[in-house]
Amino acid sequence: MYDIAIIGGGVVGCAIARELSRYRLRAVLLERLEEVAFGTTKTNSGIIHAGHHASPGTLKGRLEVRGNALYDGLRKDLDFGFRRIGELVVAREEAELPALERLKAQGEAKGVPGLEMWDRERLRREEPNLSRSLIAALHAPTAGVVNPYELTFALIENATANGVELRVLSPVEAIEPIGGGLRLRTPGGPVEARFALNCAGVFSDEVAGMLGLKDFTIKPRKGEEYMLDKRLQGLVRKLIFPLPTPTSKGILIIPTFDGTLMVGPTAEDTDDRLDMATTYRGADTVFAFIRRICPSITERDTITEFAGLRPVSDTDDFVIGPTRVKGFINVAGIQSPGLTAAPAIAEHVLAVLKDEGLQLSPNPGFKARTPGTPHFAALDAAGQERLVAADPRFGRVVCRCELVTEGEVHGAIDHGARTLDGVKFRTRAGMGRCQGGFCTSRCMDILAERLGKRFHEVTKRGADSWLALPMADAADGH
Amino acid sequence: MLGRLERSYDVVVVGGGPAGMGAALGARDSGTGRVLILDREPDPGGILLQCVHSGFGLHYFKEELTGPEYAERFFTKTIDRDIDVVPDCYVSGIAVDSDGSKRVRVMSAAAGLRAVQARSVVLAMGCRERTRGAIRIPGTRPAGVLTAGLAQKLVNMKGCLPGKRIVILGSGDIGLIMARRLTLEGCEVLGVFEVMPYSNGLTRNVVQCLEDFGIPLHLSTTVAYIHGRDRVEKVTVAPVGPDFRPDMSRARDIPCDTLLLSIGLIPENELSQSLGIKLDEITGGPEVSSTLETSMPGVYACGNVLHVHDLVDFVTNEALLAGRFAGERAQGIRRPADNIRIDAGDNVRYCVPHTLSPEREHTIYMRCKRAMKPCRLRVGNLLEKKLRFVVPAEMIMLKIQPDLLEKFQGDSLRIDIVPESEGESGV
Repeated sequence: MYDIAIIGGGVVGCAIARELSRYRLRAVLLERLEEVAFGTTKTNSGIIHAGHHASPGTLKGRLEVRGNALYDGLRKDLDFGFRRIGELVVAREEAELPALERLKAQGEAKGVPGLEMWDRERLRREEPNLSRSLIAALHAPTAGVVNPYELTFALIENATANGVELRVLSPVEAIEPIGGGLRLRTPGGPVEARFALNCAGVFSDEVAGMLGLKDFTIKPRKGEEYMLDKRLQGLVRKLIFPLPTPTSKGILIIPTFDGTLMVGPTAEDTDDRLDMATTYRGADTVFAFIRRICPSITERDTITEFAGLRPVSDTDDFVIGPTRVKGFINVAGIQSPGLTAAPAIAEHVLAVLKDEGLQLSPNPGFKARTPGTPHFAALDAAGQERLVAADPRFGRVVCRCELVTEGEVHGAIDHGARTLDGVKFRTRAGMGRCQGGFCTSRCMDILAERLGKRFHEVTKRGADSWLALPMADAADGH
Repeated sequence: MLGRLERSYDVVVVGGGPAGMGAALGARDSGTGRVLILDREPDPGGILLQCVHSGFGLHYFKEELTGPEYAERFFTKTIDRDIDVVPDCYVSGIAVDSDGSKRVRVMSAAAGLRAVQARSVVLAMGCRERTRGAIRIPGTRPAGVLTAGLAQKLVNMKGCLPGKRIVILGSGDIGLIMARRLTLEGCEVLGVFEVMPYSNGLTRNVVQCLEDFGIPLHLSTTVAYIHGRDRVEKVTVAPVGPDFRPDMSRARDIPCDTLLLSIGLIPENELSQSLGIKLDEITGGPEVSSTLETSMPGVYACGNVLHVHDLVDFVTNEALLAGRFAGERAQGIRRPADNIRIDAGDNVRYCVPHTLSPEREHTIYMRCKRAMKPCRLRVGNLLEKKLRFVVPAEMIMLKIQPDLLEKFQGDSLRIDIVPESEGESGV
């Protein structure tokens, strides 16, 4: 029997896995998909909020501020893209100024450092490409951007290096209480654990429902995002927020860690927990809104778009804590600011487990640091030369749009990539303006060679996401 | 010599496709000494290598070759002419020294990170395909949405099929070629959908690749939605209105497992942009003089990086010329500067080159904005030429003799394509 089974390999599940690996425990993480981070996490906007948005009376309000502060330490241990670029909430008319002041006061009460009101002149000086109609902004210097998938890959890699077991393609199909714990049915066989942590994201109410628990329901809220050509890099330097509405923080301009600008997300409730479709309406909404904030961004700059689902709970807060089924703990309803809060959620869950009687003794073999694969394009000239001298595979360019080398593709596979998307999210190969037109077959070659598969057996993201068929099959009318 | 990489060359050519090989040979023809081709793929030849169909070389060689055969002929010539060819090698940047000479930064697994000196540089990086993001197709993001060129690579280079039931969006030539290729491989090609009211491919490809195989071409129609979780399951197609937005009241679903995109080509000018070279917004390629020199002295451009061509034969002719002038410049030969600017007038989308000199004969390449037949091509008050028809998909070539230009007074020469009747009345 395991001490802990974590259900769901998003950023929350993986952050908890890593936190648990500091202790002498038997823990397993069960992920329904081919790799971790392939659900809501990979579509996250990648913002580390400063902490002034969520109300101080809520759990998410508390964990947001703490989570933000934990990111520097996390970045020292793990290699993932993270930078504090700061955030501006902009006001377009006098009537919005009181709301901006209230946001500042709320942030200050929560201990958010460095909040500052900028007048029109300051705003124009710092962000000259924003609309001239903006009259003021609230600046939060500690807000940042992160590559959410890189973070999640790094978390699970460190967790598994420290003894947590990862089982992919393991959706939990049923749960039943057994003596001293729970039994979770998966396609690969039952998993028994003293505690089960429900980190199942948009499916977390269904997972709780397997035990008859109906404490909350999840209503997915879809967000569409539009990624813009690298040509616009530097047009906007900070995260740009409008004043928030009751359902969303609004449509934003996000200078991602990699320098590409992204605009979005929309906020649209949906009943389909797998609805990752983008729409004409979404695009119209995003670009009509953004035009008023930054007139030089147009729809024509889009290189790709995607959608993700926020797991919004009907309690309107994170749902974290024990349930009436002994050993079954919810870590659910983790919508925004879930990514920011994730490291703090992990701490908080450890405290909950302790309260529930879990003994925590330090793992003597715990190593906090796992180095990642260097990104060739991010190094200075001397660093690039050293890298290529040490391993010539870093001299061979695979993805020309994002300057990704063969060494990095091998590194991604060394670090757990099993699919084309796994390589893409670890290296950026295929994320650039040609969207994989040139590098797809090369990445598939390397994956096939390294995984001992045939070329056509490599998939985009597992399951039925095949990319090619052998010729003989089609000729047979297969 | 294949693989030899010296420190310094007279002419360095970036790209080893038909444009790059043509430019290198042109440079040698000019009498220049050391010429280098850098290519990022393991085998030079560019996209020709995956074009196993025939139809190449009809103009240049007066015979019908496959893509790999066409590439092979040029590759053999480059080796015979003692041109250095370094494959598997990426150009990461070009720096300009104070004396105007260029330092080309290269990287490869074999050579590591190096810089190569060059007197002249020819840009011949080709083009890339437009993708789903460029045209916004709503829906999910399953596997099975890919460009026609990638599908061509899967079939012809990897011996795999992109799927079994295929819908093609866009009537670019690669899409048409792949419609035929996939049909021959036993796939079901359910139709080609083109948002414009005319085909974007050559007439001969519409006939030989679609009509001969009974594959329907639906004009003024687009893919309005992609369905499928892991893999494409179906697409929704709909006719478009004058604003190119789909009319969903007339939409229908087509079950399929693959959507190929053949929706246009974009000259690959990121390297040119990093050099600050001036680009033409219409072609997406550099603005060039009649010697095919870009706005940066000593840097030339040819082939699909300059503007997207229909036929490789035309690329070769343009490349030979660019190479020759790059070679001349490396030897210190300076041509007189151009003094006539070309203006794209009525129904002319663009003209390349952008300027002319009365000193020699020129070939002007251009495209029309919309189909017209019959019509007249009018070059200022110098020349009128009857054309049976013009269509946007087919490039128009015009030779201009120096004696004609000598008569020209002024600094801007306007080119129009006008209806036959108007042309006559204008004379």
